[in-house]
This record gives sequence, structure tokens and C-alpha cells, in this order.
Amino acid sequence: MWALTLLVALLVPFMALALLERARPLFDIAPPGRLLLASEWRPLKQEFGFLPFIAGTLWVTLIAMLLATPLSLLCAIYLAEYAPRRLRELVKPPIDLLAGIPSVVYGLWGVLTIVPFIREVVAPWAREALGFLPLMRSDNPTGYSVLAGGIVLGVMVFPVIISTAEEVIRAVPNGLREAALALGATRWQMVKGVVLRRALSGVIAAVVLGFSRAFGETMAVMMVVGNVPQLPRSIFDAGYPLSALIANNYGEMMSIPLYDSALMAAALILLIVVVVFTALARIALIQAIRRAA
Amino acid sequence: MSRLKYVEERIFLVLMVASLVIVVGSLAMILATVVVRGLPALNLAMLTQTPRGGYYLGKEGGILNAITGSLALAGGATVLSFVLGLAVALYLQVFATDTRLAHTIRLALDVLWGIPSIVYGAFGFTLMLWMGLRASLLGGIITLTLVELPIVARAMDEVIAMAPFELREASYALGATRLETAWRVLVRQTGPGLLTAVLLALGRGIGDAASVLFTAGYTDRLPTSLMRPAASLPLAVFFQLGTPVPEVRARAHASALVLTIIILIISIATRSLTGRLKRHVIR
Amino acid sequence: MEDTALQIRGLNVAYGDQQVLRDITVDIPARQITAIIGPSGCGKTTLLRSLCRMAELVEGVRVWGQVIFDGKDIYAPQTEVTEVRKRIGLLAQRPFPLPMSIYDNVAYGPRLYGIRQRAVLDEIVERQLRAAGLWDEVKDRLHAPASALSIGQQQRLCLARGLAVEPEVLLCDEVTSALDPLSAQRIESRLLELKANYTIVMVTHVLRQARRMADYVLFLYLGELVEYGPAGEVFNNPRQARTRAYLAGEFY
Repeated sequence: MWALTLLVALLVPFMALALLERARPLFDIAPPGRLLLASEWRPLKQEFGFLPFIAGTLWVTLIAMLLATPLSLLCAIYLAEYAPRRLRELVKPPIDLLAGIPSVVYGLWGVLTIVPFIREVVAPWAREALGFLPLMRSDNPTGYSVLAGGIVLGVMVFPVIISTAEEVIRAVPNGLREAALALGATRWQMVKGVVLRRALSGVIAAVVLGFSRAFGETMAVMMVVGNVPQLPRSIFDAGYPLSALIANNYGEMMSIPLYDSALMAAALILLIVVVVFTALARIALIQAIRRAA
Repeated sequence: MSRLKYVEERIFLVLMVASLVIVVGSLAMILATVVVRGLPALNLAMLTQTPRGGYYLGKEGGILNAITGSLALAGGATVLSFVLGLAVALYLQVFATDTRLAHTIRLALDVLWGIPSIVYGAFGFTLMLWMGLRASLLGGIITLTLVELPIVARAMDEVIAMAPFELREASYALGATRLETAWRVLVRQTGPGLLTAVLLALGRGIGDAASVLFTAGYTDRLPTSLMRPAASLPLAVFFQLGTPVPEVRARAHASALVLTIIILIISIATRSLTGRLKRHVIR
Repeated sequence: MEDTALQIRGLNVAYGDQQVLRDITVDIPARQITAIIGPSGCGKTTLLRSLCRMAELVEGVRVWGQVIFDGKDIYAPQTEVTEVRKRIGLLAQRPFPLPMSIYDNVAYGPRLYGIRQRAVLDEIVERQLRAAGLWDEVKDRLHAPASALSIGQQQRLCLARGLAVEPEVLLCDEVTSALDPLSAQRIESRLLELKANYTIVMVTHVLRQARRMADYVLFLYLGELVEYGPAGEVFNNPRQARTRAYLAGEFY
């Protein structure tokens, strides 16, 4: 049992080493720093520039977070501070269920509703009304775009942020709430000035957990982002996230030299970013909960 | 001034309720989309036949290959991760209760929980290369076990932690060894809780696609051998949706409905078990 | 009796089906210390908290009856709750410093009411920290986090924080029970000084503390008002048998 537990604990570094080992041949053609910033991706010519994929991942993750952070936090605050107990008991199960829905189902939903909605409604409207704005230019007629990826991802991230943030907010001792109310604060003044201030590190951790979830998400995103290896210039452009790169090309990766190394390098990037962010968020959460108790 | 603070609170209340409506509404929308698009394409043949007419592009037959494949993959992985996860959870709760080591291991498990499944897929693929395995049911099970293990271990860890401490002491006092204590008292006391952990992992296993994409492969046949590729429901949705043939795309919708129903059943079972658990655990 | 600060008229509080306060009717005198005594679970704290509309914060609580303060019923529908809580302050059993600096803790209340000028805030902070007897200990570290103070200092900080919104009534809920004897004694002497300007209502389960401090005593038993009067009379000549039994230590 001891050995097994230790093995499990060492799984993260072991995974990193295994992926690094597989990715190493790629670093013979160029140092990692150059690969990350190069934008040419031509596997047959042995050119592996990761920038378009990193940009794709960042675009969808950023859009998802812009959407999910305010909505989820408002929701968490409402559930923790305002909702009567019966309402909370009524809506918590659906929110938990949202976390359990498989990512292909999210993807399917994106393909069937979000993509057509962007294609038929949002993009044409933006072409008329917002064309002059730098990030809103829309000349991609398909609807498969980083915006679609961001929206689907955002919905996937809701339950992650909501459940963690709600837990952190509820862990704030009641005495603090009463101290503020007793001075004549309104409920919102109390929430804003005292509860959120106390729960701040935990709330940030909840958002970071959502970010890590979005960062590596694969199936749902790749079904709706268009998968064009380019640097997106607008939210209506197609993108190609790292995760989709791996998932889309596993078929040929053994038949083109160095291709498998490149895909494993992509997995390694995802692993490192997600592990670092998750670990930091978890440590912050442990401290936040312990401080509250 | 004094009016302003109420106006601000009002505005935020409206925003909060609107957010809640959007969040719950998006769930409703997803379920509605899946049901409305999936139901017309769903029929008995879908559930009882394997695909006919060529490599997952055929218009005839059903998705029995994917249903059985998913059950085999997730079932196998859940059994394995249950055994391994129980060992880890018991170690954490009985031997390393509140030590620094235990906290580090819990942190490691939480981090593992957060690693994207595509990374597990890539790692599983690497492992399989070393072991000389091709894309197969076994490869898929191994990879999914890794995905599920942190979920099972961490969930069981918390369930066991809820068992009243006096129970352990009572058992120690009667001269039981630590392992006996662990087994007899904790496992029995926490039975339903452990089952919820298993269901949680099963749900994740059945729904996961990115990890089995290159470790289990895909096939039109039923899973009969550990060394052969196995189909899975999420990938059935994904592949069928990728074709230009409308009938096949409709089957993707039906597959998604089947998958969603399975997940819903698991989720409801988990919830009712949790309710029962709370009633019976001595506090 | 001198002027009255609070007129409690037929006040009832119930948690669900369980009624914890029954028909309390009593006048609380201004600028005196009134102690609420009684065995634990008799509704002392609930009574205290219902005087500043804090009792209703628990889900499922119902309050009916009147508490008349400054000529108006604080439970009337048009009453602004925040205004009531500003004018009737509550000091809790355990200190809960807000998650901010010592200075900001005291300035929190005034800021809620729109006071922004630094000089005004500085003056309030110093005056109230002095009134709470904490100024000399913290004047060099006003911007340190309040959580770094000892628990006794924290309680005095909470007193200063409560005074900073300039309440007229101060409700004290066993404010010394979490403190060491020296800190408790400091709080007690502060309250005795504050009596000159504030109406103080305190809950205590320490009879000797009530004897030391109270001008009036209110004995509550199982949610009912049993006896009320000047401290000397209640302690030396209780009229009710239940009061006599409680004072004799026959139940807690």
C-alpha cells in the first residue's frame, strides 16, 4: 500500500519525464524556446512551430474565462449569500450534473446550436455593426471559430468555478458577516467589503482551477473551433488549440519523422501549464479553508 | 448616498439571478438539444446491432459496438481503479492520517485529477509503446484507470474521513490490527460512500473520449479480446458527426442521447446514494 | 425611572415551531447598564439580538411585537434596517476583526456612511481607539492586519469599531466570556465609563459580573420575562421564587 501510494504520488513527475523523453528528438532540430515562438507548422518539411497552437489554446481559454468568471462568481455569491436554502438545494444538483456531462456532448451541442448561431446571427451582425473593431472583424463564414470554442468551454467551466467558489465563500465565518451587518452594512456592502475580501485567495483559486480545466479540454473544443493552424486575429477566426492538435493527428504521428515527438511536446506543454496552475490553486485553497476554520 | 447603496445591491441581485438563470439554462439547453436531435434517430436497432455497411460510415445497423465497448472500457478501468484507489485511500486514512506525507499525496491526487484527459491519452500511448501494446481494449483500460484513479482515491479518502473516529478507536481497543480495523470497520461503515466514489469514476470513464482516442482505437465489432481495439460511445458521437452523410450524423445525435442517459442514470444513482449515506452515518 | 431608551412591547421570537421568546414587555432605561441574566438556553442572546434586528438573520426565524426606539418601532415595515443597526450597536461574544488593517476596521463603519476625508477618519479612529482603551497599544501599527492582535485586543478593537458609527445603544453579548481575566476587566471598566453617554444592554451568565456592573437586571427564564428591576432589588430582594432559586445557584 505504501509503495502504491508513493507510486501514485510520483505519477505526475513520471508522466512529465515520459513525455519529455518522447519529445526530446524534436529539441535536436531547435531549442524549445524557438519552437514555442515559431509559427510555421509543416511536419513534412520538419518545421514545427507551436505558436499558432499556443495562440489557439490561449484564445479559446481566454474567451471562456471572460465569459465564465463573472457569471460563475455572481452565481456562487448568490448561492452562498442570498439564495434561500430550498432554492440552493434545488439548483445545486443541476450544476453538479453540468460537471458530469461528457465533453463530446458539449461538443455536439456546440456544433448544433452555438456554431449555427454564430454563423447566422452573431457574425453577420458583427460584420455590420462592429467591423471597425480590431478583434471583431468577421470574414470567416463557417461559424467554427475561437468564439464558439470559448463559449462551449465557458459553459464547461461554470460548475468548476461555481462549486469551488461557493465552498470557499461559505467557509467564511458567520461572525464576520454579523460584524459588518451590525455596523449597519447592507448585505451587498457586507459581501463586497468583508466576505469577498476574506475569501479572495480562495475565489482566485477557483478561477484558476477553471482556467486549468479549460486549458487542456479537448473534444468539445476541437469539434467547434475550426482547427486551422493560424494566429487568430478576431474572435470569429478559426483557431487550432494544442489539445486539438494532438487529438486530430494521432493517426499519422508514427508515419512522419519527428511528428510523434512534436505531439508529445504539445502534451508536455499542456501538462506543465495545468500542473503548475492546479497545484498553486490547490495550495491556496487548502490555506483558505484552513484559515477559515 | 444612502439610496445609492440599495440601487447597487439591486443591480447586483439582478445580475446574480440572471447568471444563475444562464448557468442552469445552459444545462437545460444542452439536454434539450440532445433530446430533440437524438430522439428521432433513436430506435431499437441502434441499441441492439453493430454498424453495417463499412467502417463507421455505414447507414445501417446500430451502436452496440460502442455501448458494449464503453461499458467494457469504463467497467474494467473502474474495477482496477477501485482496487488501487481503495488501497491509496486506506493508506491515507489509516497509516498516514494527518502527516505531511498524506497532505502531499492528497495534493498530488488533486493535481492528477485536474490533468486533461488528452495528456493521459498521450502518456498512455507512450506507456503502450514501451509495453509493446497496440491500440486495444487493454490499452484503453490502462489509460482510463489512470484517469479514474485520482477521482476514486480522493473521493474514498473523504468518505472514510467522515467515518466517526471513535469507531476506529473502539476497534483498536479490541485488539484488532490496523489492517483489520481498516477492512472491517471502515469499509463496512462507509460502504455506500465508497460506491458513490465508484459511480463518480464510472461516469467520468464512460464520458471520456480524449484519453481512449489513441489508446483504445475504434472498431465496428464488439469488444471480445483485450488485445483488440474497442469502440466507445463518445468516440462514436465524434466520428459519426464528422461524416457528411446525414443519416450517420443523425446516429451521432442518437449516440449522444444514449451517452447522456447513461450519465444521467449514474448521476441520479450517485445522488440518491449520497442522500442515504447521510442518513445512516453515525455522527 | 429616568428616560427610556428602548420600549419592548409584546416581543415574540420563534425558530420554526419552537417559540424562544414569549411576550416580552419591558422598558430599557437610557444611559444605564441593563444586564440580562438567566440560565443558558433561556433566550438571553435572542432577546439581545432582536433589539437590533440581528435575530432575524437565522433562516426560519419569525419575530413579532414591537421595539420602540426614539419614538418609532424598529420592526415597522418602513423602518430602514441598516439605520437601526447603525444606531443600536452589537458587540459579539467572540471578537471578529474584519480582514483588514486595525485602522480600516475602525474606519469601516464611517466609510459605509460616506465619510471619505482622511483627516476626519484619522480623528474618528484615534478617538474611538482611545475610548476602547487600545490606542496606546496600537498607535504605531495602525496599518498592521487586525488579526495579528491578541484576542483581548481584538475585542477592544471590535468595541472601537462599534463605537465609530456613533450608536446610541450598545448591546453586549457575553463580551468578556472568551477573554482572559485581565482583558475582561479592561472591557468592563471601559463599559462602565461609556455608560455616561450610551445605553448599554448586556447579556451575561456570570452573576458576579452582573452585580459588579448592572444598574438594572432582567431575569429571563424559558423565554419569559420573570423579573425586572433595579439591580440592588433583584439581587437582594427577588420577588419571584424562580429568581431566588436561580440566584441561589439551584440551576444554570
